[in-house]
Amino acid sequence: MSKFADWLNDRFPAREMMREHMTEYYAPKNFNILYYTGSLLLFMFFLQLISGFLLMAHYVPTSQDAFNSVQGIMYDTKWGWLIRYMHVDGVSLIFVLLYLHIGRGMLYGSYRRPRELLWIIGYVIYILMMGEAFFGYILPFGNLSYWAGQVITSILHAIPFIGPGLTTLARGGPGIGTATLERFLALHTVLWFLMLVAMILMHILALHQVGSNNPDGIEIKALKGPDGHPLDGIPFHPYYTVKDIFGVAVWLTIFAAIIFYAPTMHGVFLERTTFFRANPMVGLPDVTPPWYLAPYYAMLRAVPNKYWGIGLMALAIVLPFFLPWLDRNPVHSSRYRPVYRAMIILMAVVFFTLAWVGEQPPLPKYFFIERLGAAIYIGFYVLLPIVSSIEPTRKVPERVQA
Amino acid sequence: MMRKKGVPVLVGALLSLGVTVAHAGSLISPPGSFSKSTVIAGAKLFADHCSACHAVSNLRYNRLAIDLGMSKAEIKKDIMLPSGANYLNGMKPAMSQAEAKKWFGIPPPNLSHIVRAEGEPWVYTYLTSFYWDPTRPSGWNNRVFPEVAMPNVLASWGGIYTKSGKQLKAGSESPAAYHRQVAAIVAFLRYASDPSIFAREALGPYVLGALVLLSLVSYLLKKAYWKDIDDRRDAEGHINTSAMPKNKTKPDDT
Repeated sequence: MSKFADWLNDRFPAREMMREHMTEYYAPKNFNILYYTGSLLLFMFFLQLISGFLLMAHYVPTSQDAFNSVQGIMYDTKWGWLIRYMHVDGVSLIFVLLYLHIGRGMLYGSYRRPRELLWIIGYVIYILMMGEAFFGYILPFGNLSYWAGQVITSILHAIPFIGPGLTTLARGGPGIGTATLERFLALHTVLWFLMLVAMILMHILALHQVGSNNPDGIEIKALKGPDGHPLDGIPFHPYYTVKDIFGVAVWLTIFAAIIFYAPTMHGVFLERTTFFRANPMVGLPDVTPPWYLAPYYAMLRAVPNKYWGIGLMALAIVLPFFLPWLDRNPVHSSRYRPVYRAMIILMAVVFFTLAWVGEQPPLPKYFFIERLGAAIYIGFYVLLPIVSSIEPTRKVPERVQA
Repeated sequence: MMRKKGVPVLVGALLSLGVTVAHAGSLISPPGSFSKSTVIAGAKLFADHCSACHAVSNLRYNRLAIDLGMSKAEIKKDIMLPSGANYLNGMKPAMSQAEAKKWFGIPPPNLSHIVRAEGEPWVYTYLTSFYWDPTRPSGWNNRVFPEVAMPNVLASWGGIYTKSGKQLKAGSESPAAYHRQVAAIVAFLRYASDPSIFAREALGPYVLGALVLLSLVSYLLKKAYWKDIDDRRDAEGHINTSAMPKNKTKPDDT
């Protein structure tokens, strides 16, 4: 190419990186709609960085002024409402994408060998995202923020021996106040953010090491043409980059429709109780987490004992790490495993039922649903090693379909 | 002494929450449409009947000019109270918080976020659910907010009713006109809880239009690029990659 490009590439591996990760990264040709979620997540993460940076320029992390500084962004700052709605609704949309992305991995067996580490890194990103969302949730310091902070930090209290000390450390004192907001802001914008960036980079590097899975769960690297490239693979750039640009455009249309016409999503994306200033004197009748964390909260409540409840919740969060080793069937994709497919669909229904029930007040009529849901959720992981060893499978084609 | 202190705290708790008690009964949505003219009418009614006690501290008076197109003179005459309101500051009540506390037991709440927090139906139903109750210090009680400290300031329009619905005194307005006026106040409070609403709705179609256009263009771009692949599919859908054009960004190795 030009002289400048040569000068640059002698000193920085730009051309090499472009080749390795774009033009000569061969991805299966049969990606379906679920394969937009990865690039959309990357895009949304970048948008959160921009909107978050602008919000932070106006935010005051003190118990006196936090609520009003956020209202100042909404009422008095030019385009402040757009930036804040982008940031708030962006969180819910990121979790929509995360659940689709994780569900896709389960449907097509993308966690299986050789992608175990890719799955684990991805799941760590999900757990970090839950923390990132929680820290951010406390910052506007509405009354829900205050009580959610109180409830979640008190979960740490249940840890044997170091629990009480850990709770005080997390809060920066005996209660939720300025010290809590200051450290949560630091965690939200520095530590957690940097950990997320690092893990996302590792996720992409690990993906490019093992190659993308596909809806048929077949290894495309097994069949190579005379040029050494997979027969069913196409270069990521330009084919999937242009496809992902189209995905981003459609996704932005949906995102804008929410921001402009239903920014609180009827209280689901931005809860009603966040519009009261934090007040330690006024308790909330039921502190429920945002929808994307509610399934775990439902499982926490399913057990009447605090310690066992927290134990069950921790188990529910940890179990997916073991998925690569719990699934023992040689076939990867649920396309050729009707029983496994039914289990995954049931799991999705149960997960979102738990999300719904986790938002309901703690009434006895919901206990049965919470317990049944928790039992099915845990049961999936317990039964998977057995079911996957004996389930009937359909014949897997040699090459990817369509 | 303790008990006397306890009541305002409890009422304060209910006021800033309003959640449990409030959503017990069935709520009615305000009639009529939500538009700038309704909000302007509501703002004037609010200034006349509500802002003696209630602040809307997050909403500055000049926003009414920016968002609703009212003139500064109109705002000064119809909305701002004669005593000390500043055009560039938030909407303040005529009464001081100390006086209000002395008269009602608790200071009347700031209503900036009331519609976001409680929803339009709750605010509308609350305002139209007062009944005459001689056992209360103010003489008023409320069906969706029992034992509320606020008296029915709109009684002169809507009339006075007992709990069972018997009319004690007719209002100056017809029921339809009265309900329209209450709905206008609720519309103003909805605007006040999220003043971006008119800007959002005005801008929305252009933003969505541009993004739909971008989606279309990027779809055509994708189709053009994927022509290489779609043209080379055989009967089974497999791609003959060996016949694919050489990637242009790839430098010649040979």
